[in-house]
Parts: sequence; structure tokens; C-alpha cells
Amino acid sequence: MAVKFSPQTKREFKETLSRYPHKEAALLPVLLLAQREFGVLSDELVQYVAGLMDLPPSRVKSVVTFYTLFNTREVGRYVIRVCHTLSCALNGTEEVIEHIKKRLHIEVGETTPDKKFTLLECECLGSCNTAPVMQINDRYYENMTLELVDQILDSLE
Amino acid sequence: MEEKILLKYIDVPDIENIEVYQKHDGYKGLAKALKQHKPDQIIELVKASGLRGRGGAGFPAGLKWSFVPKDSGKPVFLCCNADEGEPGTFKDRLLMEKNPHQLIEGIVITAYAVNCHQAYIYIRGEFSQAMQVLEQAIAEAYEHNCLGKNILKQGFNLELSLHSGAGSYIAGEETGLLESLEGKRAEPRLKPPFPASVGLFKGPTVINNVETLSNVPHIIMRGAEWFKGFGTEKSTGTKLFCLSGHINKPGVYELPMGIPLKELINNYGGGIIGGRKLKAVIPGGSSTPVLTAEQVEEVAMDFESLQAAGTMLGSAGVIVMDETTCMVDALANLTRFYAHESCGQCTPCREGVSWMEKIARRIEEGKGLEGDLELLLDICDNISFKTLCPMGDAAIGPVVSFITKFRSEFEDHIRQGRCPIEKDKSIKVRG
Repeated sequence: MAVKFSPQTKREFKETLSRYPHKEAALLPVLLLAQREFGVLSDELVQYVAGLMDLPPSRVKSVVTFYTLFNTREVGRYVIRVCHTLSCALNGTEEVIEHIKKRLHIEVGETTPDKKFTLLECECLGSCNTAPVMQINDRYYENMTLELVDQILDSLE
Repeated sequence: MEEKILLKYIDVPDIENIEVYQKHDGYKGLAKALKQHKPDQIIELVKASGLRGRGGAGFPAGLKWSFVPKDSGKPVFLCCNADEGEPGTFKDRLLMEKNPHQLIEGIVITAYAVNCHQAYIYIRGEFSQAMQVLEQAIAEAYEHNCLGKNILKQGFNLELSLHSGAGSYIAGEETGLLESLEGKRAEPRLKPPFPASVGLFKGPTVINNVETLSNVPHIIMRGAEWFKGFGTEKSTGTKLFCLSGHINKPGVYELPMGIPLKELINNYGGGIIGGRKLKAVIPGGSSTPVLTAEQVEEVAMDFESLQAAGTMLGSAGVIVMDETTCMVDALANLTRFYAHESCGQCTPCREGVSWMEKIARRIEEGKGLEGDLELLLDICDNISFKTLCPMGDAAIGPVVSFITKFRSEFEDHIRQGRCPIEKDKSIKVRG
């Protein structure tokens, strides 16, 4: 099989299993490890993880499709998630989203042709006091203005 | 200046470092608990303090702990619910990012009280920064013998692990959380059995919110009577209120339970942005029924007062809306949230909430039909108390209250075939 964890991920995989009395319970953290290494949880990767976890692939796939942070399709190097729930909406998130769409020439849900950016809308990020908020990969960007959005996107290699 | 409990040391530089935390009374509550109290005495003390769950339901914490059977023969688990996701709520993230040891100390004391030796913090997957801070703090706590074997040489053992979610609101519902922690879809369980008897890995399980657990060391250190000195008779202690929306100074404010909402908005939140008129306030996170500006004048922020006003304290996520807000648009936004987050197990929620979103959106777009409001309320009636978990009722909270209290605005949309409100959806820049 082509897909295989690197030695480093394999070590983290074993450490993760040790935290739970039942192997199955480690599935979410293991999928997060897999996604960190491979970017997208392809069917091939799901098969591989299922083998490691002694679970049927369908069982693993059902978990992958339930949670929004798991990528089932290829995404760009930077995944932009703009919060559009109420507090952000009251503070101008629509303008932020429109601006990013225009700047990157993509619609929400799409990836730029150079595979650099994916633009997504997301539900409440739990940072309503600093609305509008967006998350790029792991990091939060708060109190967004159009100037700040430009600066942030420019700063990403 | 009001006395603070949870945020007292929040601005101390490096308070997330265990040595700095220890210099500020850190882990003294744990030492006192282990040395001077039997587990049952801690449960009684927390019961006497009146501490109620800060996650939304307000269930008395000590009472919840007392439900754990003493003779099940199975290992007991403690889960800290850090899956903060109720729109308008952002207090647990602050507590975890800024003062992680306060939470860990509360977890160890609580675990001791319920005879648990394996605890988990279930944290939402988006909170990367809080996760990093907590991982570091947990490692420090192990190094300083505040976690692990023979804690503080008092013979008590506890393992604590951080467990990341992967993006799901319903994982914050306690049995959804347990399913997720077991490596499954976060589909809530039928209750009973309640988690206290059959929870994680079928063992007795206590699930408490971050803010609830963070209060515990202080109650141990300073006693139940001291804690009851804050707040009202039935809603004791302070509360972290989250202010957002059209407010000048959004943020987390720690104040005694029972503070008038008007005071919270005007004195602490600096009033409405741009000096505009207040239109409505959601007092306790997106699922709590909305209050009109007139109601805001009178209501106080504690469990009983808000219940008497027909709403809930919930997670104390206060969302402020000014006169430029279109209530139909705001409702369409909230119903979209619930439609997106419904786990899909129960038909009334899976189908009904999506219908509500579509109907609210078509009214906002000027395509509403005569009878749509009755249809919306009928859908609510068909969801209410007909789902496994409280999410169905959470989703209808805004729908019923928005239509009841702002009915003419909904009717204007349908009659005129357009949104008649001059909305201001521009980016708000604060000084």
C-alpha cells in the first residue's frame, strides 16, 4: 500500500493509543494525525487508518464525514475559515467574505488554481468578542478589517 | 471594582506557568482538599456552596457528583467539557488559554471527590492555541506531582489527557461528547441511563464545564459561605458573561450572578455601538429566547430571573442587537447554524431545523408566503420534546421567541415582499 505513516507519526500514533483504555477511542486523534501528515483523508488513507485501528473502513469513513475539520476533498495549503454566525454577521463578516472571494477569484468552498488557498465559511469559532473572526489553518485572526485581510493574505508564502 | 474569582489572576504575566501559578495560591486548594478532606466532604462542601453548572443547564455540581455510584466496581471517569461552541460564548477559551492550571487543579480535586483516576479534557478542535497551552500545563502538572501517581504524596492517582474534537457543535452535548470521546460520530444517547451511572466506556462518568471546574479550587480554599457571598440565593458565585454583537466593549466580564442586564450592557459593555438604540438581546447563547429592549430594562442575569422572564441564563453568551438589525435575517442566520449542526439522528430535528432555515431565509428574501409564520411555529411544535437530546429545543428557542416578540417585522417582510430594514452589515471598527 502506498500510504504509510512516517516514523514520527507512527510514534505519535502509539503514544495516542496509550491514552485510552480502548483502542477505538483514539480514532479522532489518530485521524487528526493522519490528516496532519497527508492533508486529505482519502479513501486509501481511511483504509490504512482502519487497518491500524482494527475497524471496518466504513466505520472510519462515517466518522470522517461527520466532523467539519476533516478534509474529504483536497484543500489548499492554507484553509481559510471565516465565521459567519450571528455575532460575526452583526459585525460585518459578509464584507470580509466578499473581499476574500474577489481577491482570490474563488467562491466559498473552492480552492485557488495554484492550490494555495481554500475559502470556507464556518460556524461560530467561539471568539465573538473579536468579530469578525477567521481561522487560517490553526491560527485565529481577530477583529478583521479589509486592510488586515490583505496584509494577512500577503504575508502567507 | 468587583471582586473576581476566576479572572483574578488572568492578567498576571506567565500565570500559565506552574511556578507563577503556585506563587498566586495555585494548587493550594488541591493540597488542602487531599490533606484535610475526605472525598464525600468535598461533595458536601460544593453542594453547600450552591455551585451550578456553567455550561448551560445550571445543574448543581455537587449533586451531580453525588449521583456517581460508590459500588459499581467499574472505573469512574471525569470529562471536562471544553467543547465551547454555543454561538455568543467565548469564556472557556479564555480560561484555558490564560489560566490552564486553575482548570487542572479543579479537575484533580473533582476527580478525587468522585474517586476517578482517569480524566479527559474534551476540547473543540478549533482551539489550537488553548490546546498548546493545556498540553504544556498538563506536562508541568505531572512534573510537579500535581498529576500522575501519589499526587502531592497523598496517595491519590490521576491521569489526565487532552482529547481534541474535530468540528461538531453537538459534541458539546454531554452524551454526544461521550460518543465522540469513544471514537464515534457525536450522536447523543438516549437517557436514561444517565452518564453518572453509565457513561464513558460504560463506566460512571461526571461531565463538567471548564468554568464550573475552575471554580472548585476557590471553593475549597475559601469555603462555601464565602462563595455564597457572591450572587443571589439560588444562583451563587460569579459568572463569566460574554458580551458580543453591537456593543462598544465586547469581551468577557466576571461579575456576581444577578447583575442587571442593563448595567452589564451599559456600564461594562460601554453601551451600544455608535450610540444607536437597542433592539434586542439574546441573553445566554444563541439557543436562549431573545429579549426585547423593554425586557432588558428589567431583567437580572441569574438562572431564576431569566427563567421568570421566559428565557435562560444558558452559557451567558449575551448577543446585543441594535436598531439596524433585521430580526428575520438574524433568525435565518441562527436557524442555518442549527441546520448545519444537527447530527441527523432524530427526524424532527434533522428535517425540521432545515425547513425552518429555508422558510426564515425565504421570508428575509421577500419570498415569504402567507401562513409561513404559522408553519414555522407548527414545525417548532413538532420538534419540541420530540428529540433525543436538547438540541431540537435549542433550535426552536430563537424561532418561537423571535416570531412572538417581533411578529410585525416578520409580517412586514411577507406583506411587502422585501426586507424593510435598513441593515448595517458593515465591518465595525472599535477604538
